[in-house]
Amino acid sequence: MNIIACVKQVPDTEAQIKVKGDGSGIEDGQIKWVMNPYDEFGVEEALRLKEKNGGEVTVVCVGPARAMETIRTALAMGADKGVHISDPALDNADAFVTASALAAVIKGLPHDIIFCGQRAIDDDAGQVGAMLAELLGIPQLTLVTKLEYAGSSVKVIRPIEGAQLSIETQLPCVVTAQKGLNEPRYASLPGIMKAKKKPVDVKNAAALGIATEAKAKVAKTIPPPARPPGKIVCGDEPEQKAAEVARLLREEAKVI
Amino acid sequence: MAKGVMIVAEQREGALRKISFELASTARKLADASGDEVSAVLLGSGVEKLAAELGKYGVDKVFVGDNAALEPYVTEAHAAVTAKIIKDNDPAIVLFGASVQGKDLSARVAAKLATGLATDCTDVKVDGGKLVCTRPMYAGKCFGEVVFTATPAMASLRPNVFPAAENAKAGAVTKVDAAVEAQKSKVLEVQKDTSGKVDLTEANVIVSGGRGMKGPEGFAILEELAAALKGTVGASRAAVDAGWREQKDQVGQTGKVVSPNLYIACGISGAIQHLAGMSSSKCIVAINKDAEAPIFTKADYGVVDDLFKVVPTLTAECKKLVG
Repeated sequence: MNIIACVKQVPDTEAQIKVKGDGSGIEDGQIKWVMNPYDEFGVEEALRLKEKNGGEVTVVCVGPARAMETIRTALAMGADKGVHISDPALDNADAFVTASALAAVIKGLPHDIIFCGQRAIDDDAGQVGAMLAELLGIPQLTLVTKLEYAGSSVKVIRPIEGAQLSIETQLPCVVTAQKGLNEPRYASLPGIMKAKKKPVDVKNAAALGIATEAKAKVAKTIPPPARPPGKIVCGDEPEQKAAEVARLLREEAKVI
Repeated sequence: MAKGVMIVAEQREGALRKISFELASTARKLADASGDEVSAVLLGSGVEKLAAELGKYGVDKVFVGDNAALEPYVTEAHAAVTAKIIKDNDPAIVLFGASVQGKDLSARVAAKLATGLATDCTDVKVDGGKLVCTRPMYAGKCFGEVVFTATPAMASLRPNVFPAAENAKAGAVTKVDAAVEAQKSKVLEVQKDTSGKVDLTEANVIVSGGRGMKGPEGFAILEELAAALKGTVGASRAAVDAGWREQKDQVGQTGKVVSPNLYIACGISGAIQHLAGMSSSKCIVAINKDAEAPIFTKADYGVVDDLFKVVPTLTAECKKLVG
């Protein structure tokens, strides 16, 4: 099997996000960078398929120089090789530009299944997987929590509001991973050592022949609206406090 | 020149979903500012009868694509027909719901049209004739104002944020060619959640529990409170990772980002990734023994006490008030 896992480097979920004074983005000096958690599920599923069916896992990443760490993490988990699409012209890439860059690389690689995270936890757009599938002209299965591979097809489970769908698709296809798909492994020490010697091909936008202007641009980044300070509900006994909360919700907040 | 606002309505099993009315009302507001028309894309099998309902919420014209192959929803088929309707009618703005289906469809359609898409918007406006969308990023740790360099400008709107208001327009039906190629994907089974619970992303009231619930059985009192308020039970990542609750119940940066009218956090300390997922709730109540818990910084009403004593009384009081 030829499996592709797309990964992105993002701020850790516990990172405080501070908006720059001029609204041009976020302060990124103090941030701890990690592999997007949803991409980890994709890498893990790719590795499990390879271990069961044989084949090769290629990691593809769009990101600045520091994103090489994330590629190495995936290689340390067990992926075989990497492609790093790195170009300052892609610093403000939107999902369409990112998907175009990934598609340009993946078109030149054999692929049966392509994994992406269902969304990246930085811009929260959740578009790249579907756009990539469209640009490659293959089906997409988004928000997948279970996957069964059957040679020329896959069967997946994807939850929607109030139901679960079981869907069968012919390969090749794009699968976007949702939490619940698996429990990603940690890289082992020998894995980390081996990863240093695995090949990573670095490409820029010109080499891929893609346009780099974003179709949807973040013109301004703003802090979240401040919440007015709340009140601590008083009372001698927990039961009194509970009754007071119920009253406040009814009479003051008018939400019940 | 591209003109007007188009919405992509969402229906399931012959009933329009609430987000469709939120889209119609929002589109109406945007279109009225420039005297433009609101149109809608409505796809499925035997769905023409739903057009009148869209008309009630401000849609002038409904493009109905009727084909058994469009039911149930299959991404590639819906994307092909939707993109064709957009191309043929050239709207300036296209709005989708940021539901599971809407997100799945909108990204595919945007790629087909080589245009930009802003996901999960919480505010949209037209400024100088151009769409500007406000959307949370980093699960709400900050917001971005998105502008577009391609046409149409496309956005998906977060459910439960935009009001749906009746504003009767014609809702006139135009039938469109909805032929699709043989599909590579097939829905084998739809397994419905029979609990009758509203999904977290659509719930008006959420009662969430964290590590302070001490175990899966602790959630019973939250289920009772949620039932009294016709709400849904959510959970922190700690509670989900401990196996106390299902993954679909998780609220936070790696779970669902929610904005109910009322969010009651019980035994949740308030890790930053959890706060990010719920801080756009309209009213927040926190119940926690630890007065220093970060959750209290987001709460409109805080109760520093033992939740196992507070919650049952709160349930009883709510039952009295709600009736």
